[in-house]
Amino acid sequence: MGERFTLISGRTRRQAIAMHKGKGSPEYHAATEVVEMNADDMARLGIVDGGRATLRTPAGAVVLTAHEGALPPGLVFVPMGTAVNGIVGTETLGTGMPSFKGLDVEVEPAPGRPGVPGGEGA
Amino acid sequence: MSTVLEHVACPFCGCVCDDIAVEVDGGRVLKVKRACTSGQGVFMEYDPSPRLPRVRGAEVDWDVAVAEAAAILDASDSPLIYGLSSSASEAQRKAVALADRLGAVIDSTSSVCHGPTGLAMQAVGEPTCTLGEVRDRADVLVFWGCNPDQSHLRHLARYSANARGALTPNGRGDRTVYVVDVRETGTAKKADHFLQVAPGCDYEVLTTLRLLVQGGEPDVDVVGGIPVADLTELVERLKACRYGVFFMGMGLTMTAARQLNVAELFTLVAELNAFARCSVIPMRGHGNVTGADQVLTWTSGYPFAVSYARGYPQFSPGEFSAVDMLARRAADAALILASDPGAHFPRAAAAVLEEIPTIVLDHGPSVTAGHATVLFPTAAYGVDAAGTAYRMDNVPIPLSQVIETGRPTDEDILGRLIEAVRP
Repeated sequence: MGERFTLISGRTRRQAIAMHKGKGSPEYHAATEVVEMNADDMARLGIVDGGRATLRTPAGAVVLTAHEGALPPGLVFVPMGTAVNGIVGTETLGTGMPSFKGLDVEVEPAPGRPGVPGGEGA
Repeated sequence: MSTVLEHVACPFCGCVCDDIAVEVDGGRVLKVKRACTSGQGVFMEYDPSPRLPRVRGAEVDWDVAVAEAAAILDASDSPLIYGLSSSASEAQRKAVALADRLGAVIDSTSSVCHGPTGLAMQAVGEPTCTLGEVRDRADVLVFWGCNPDQSHLRHLARYSANARGALTPNGRGDRTVYVVDVRETGTAKKADHFLQVAPGCDYEVLTTLRLLVQGGEPDVDVVGGIPVADLTELVERLKACRYGVFFMGMGLTMTAARQLNVAELFTLVAELNAFARCSVIPMRGHGNVTGADQVLTWTSGYPFAVSYARGYPQFSPGEFSAVDMLARRAADAALILASDPGAHFPRAAAAVLEEIPTIVLDHGPSVTAGHATVLFPTAAYGVDAAGTAYRMDNVPIPLSQVIETGRPTDEDILGRLIEAVRP
């Protein structure tokens, strides 16, 4: 059972540049299969910088490479792309817009070699 | 011998920077100057080699592909046309005409970016301006829930924080910049003031700002994680400014209150005009997503999520928006124009596009194109096709053809489909 966080996804420069290389390219996987977290949150959960974390919602689960980022406690950031969309649901609250930001998510350490990209939703 | 083309517009993002220089030789792009790294990729990573359409993965000639696509659309009871935003407005008009002809649902990528902004605009109006006014006049800028440092790489330099204009000869030195965000983004690091809002609390912060503008006094010290003293300072600065401009992004449209956040911001900006000139510009993502809103609104009266199933346009976000149409399996065929919902939709919606017949028009590879029943490898507007794109401030910008490849445009193929489907 993981700890509950709020997830936001969004554009990054690295993700945009990698899109031109193709969404199957190593650059795209490296740019989008990462999660940025608050350093204290990572320490408490036992996730090292470059280690792997499982993010889970009712829509699915993904395993991502975790990095320390400028985030307040309780908030995690994942670049937009195929990986994060594995855990975003289709509910749009009558607007057409899924919850790409402000999503409740469970986070826990994942087994695996640190720094290896990929995961269930990749 | 190479040629350098000046004043070329970049079609990548809503900035549509039209000061790019492109060096070409023999139908290939050799060098691109002044474009950002994202814009460089549009030209430098483009594969101009001749390609044929594909039907179920096999190469066919263009006539066969058009006939196959028309057969899919004719057999469909509820076709969905989606995307539009990386195409030109000339093709967007054809896409709407095809939807009208078929009785289809048509939606653009707006529904997963600034759709809620459109809903807010319908509800309370949008006090807006052009980026030229920002460059020449604005002395206070507020970036709310957007991060141009990562998403619109030349925005700060060319149009906003650092731009030098008629009344802002010192650029950054003539401006005060605020960022409101849940995290300290690259844009926040470049601002004079960073107001860190707690996740999901934008609405109450905006409401508090409206209260302060009207002279009210909140009976708390902190709202949404931000000290009221900081909000009061922002309001006083805006009331006294020469020209204040808000830029807003997905931090408002994708979080829980969605269009209510945006409507509250638009109302705040309108009310500030009782004290000082103030405007707001949504930070649009795709190069011509603004054009998709424009064209759909001219032709149907609505900006996105439009159904022609009853023979006249009906607007219903949450029903005719593409994610909802796919999630409840209401589309039995789809035509995807210049976008990649296979990559950018929630997985459960994207997966439906792998089950129903799809017709894809795109200039390059994509997740969606990889599953297409019929794939048309069309020209890229701004690279090997000319057309029109609307910048994020609704100013139309001509896109140039910088190389010639002979590929048909989206407009050509959509025109042929309109002719080929059953009346």
